[in-house]
Amino acid sequence: MIYPMTPATTNHLFRALADPTRRAIYEQLTRQGEQTVHALTRYAGVSQPAVSKHLTVLKRARLVRHRREGRETHYRAHPDALAPMADWLRHYSAFWRERFDRLESLLDRME
Amino acid sequence: MSDPAASTRAVVIERVFPHPAEKVWRALTESPLVAQWLMKNDFEPVARRKFQFRADPLPHWDGVIDCEVLVIDPLKQLSYSWRSMGLDSVVLWTLTPADGGTHVRMEQSGFRPGQTAAYQGASYGWQRFFGGLERVLGGVAA
Repeated sequence: MIYPMTPATTNHLFRALADPTRRAIYEQLTRQGEQTVHALTRYAGVSQPAVSKHLTVLKRARLVRHRREGRETHYRAHPDALAPMADWLRHYSAFWRERFDRLESLLDRME
Repeated sequence: MSDPAASTRAVVIERVFPHPAEKVWRALTESPLVAQWLMKNDFEPVARRKFQFRADPLPHWDGVIDCEVLVIDPLKQLSYSWRSMGLDSVVLWTLTPADGGTHVRMEQSGFRPGQTAAYQGASYGWQRFFGGLERVLGGVAA
């Protein structure tokens, strides 16, 4: 059955991860560990202001955390933030599987 | 041909039903039939038509899902937006003839069609992301 979620959090997550560049930045952080904005800019192939903007969106969704060291800001992934999305996937997978069973028995009953 | 849906899919369920497409289509698009297997609804098979699914309310959920018909291509494809508690997603049904019946594929993805269109052709696919996500979540869900 559909159960209540925390939609605000999940919506932030979806929006944050809807952008392919942001997904790439995020995955780079999960793969490589902590990175500076400079390193991420080299990797992402877009301008530093664009990377900073993407990082702000990822921060708002709690997907990344940062710390300052001298003039550099270091970012790291915060994978716990993905849990609501995993919940969303799990619960809709279960929901639709159950509805497919019902659809199947309805089709068997239909003329 | 690039398929924007494939690069953004989240939940995908597929099954072959030993019934003709005409019958499956009726079950997916005739409101009283839909109510029998999915939820009470005021669905009408008309593009851009808004409708609702209604489940029994729960303490923290009013049981309402706000929808809008996005694609209606008889016997082939049906898509509607699915908004529950402020959370947007899109449901896409695809029917294809199969040996002895109809192959039915349901895909629910977590953002709106405008966005998926905008990222069509993006080399960094959503599906690939979810592949990585499962690895990352190994330690989270456990």
